Amino acid sequence: MTKVDLVDLIYERTGSSKKEAAEVFEAILAIIRESLCRGEKVKISGFGTFAVNRKRARRGRNPQTGDPIIIDDRRVLSFKPSQVLKEMVASGDKTRS
Amino acid sequence: MTKRELIEELLARRAQISRHDSETTVNALFEAMATVLARGDRIELRGFGSFGVKQRRARQGRNPKTGATVAVEAKRVPFFRAGKELRIELNGKARDRSSQSG
Repeated sequence: MTKVDLVDLIYERTGSSKKEAAEVFEAILAIIRESLCRGEKVKISGFGTFAVNRKRARRGRNPQTGDPIIIDDRRVLSFKPSQVLKEMVASGDKTRS
Repeated sequence: MTKRELIEELLARRAQISRHDSETTVNALFEAMATVLARGDRIELRGFGSFGVKQRRARQGRNPKTGATVAVEAKRVPFFRAGKELRIELNGKARDRSSQSG
């Protein structure tokens, strides 16, 4: 499944044009991205929670050359699936569709 | 941010969309994504990331309270991996802030 499929879904469920559906979809992704970039959690009930975690800088090695390098502190995104989603995936549940 | 706030924000940004359509759209999107994952399929969203399902093997686990050994069955678990653009975007903002402190 890709963006195109999800845009089609919006197009089918709402009376909007394809162009409008595509823009709405991009707007949803942008809202989520911007929220995460502010460091907020994004919690979608029935689906899961996206959260930003901080990783401290650490010394690492270039695995090819073995050279020591410093890996800067950074922010990583984690996704914790909700209990509902976990159960659906574990059982291959299609009843909610 | 919650799903409710996402629906409100979408409403604020898209003048043409009705409250009903904003709710329907957001709910339908995540329901569809959950259904796809339940089937075991992947979802790839360019610039955002990808969702998929991983197979976990059966293992011997322990009840953390009692220490008793329990059998954990094989199962499938959903995962998400942020796309390159989103990873860069997240750190662009972090860099700006941390640059003050060195």
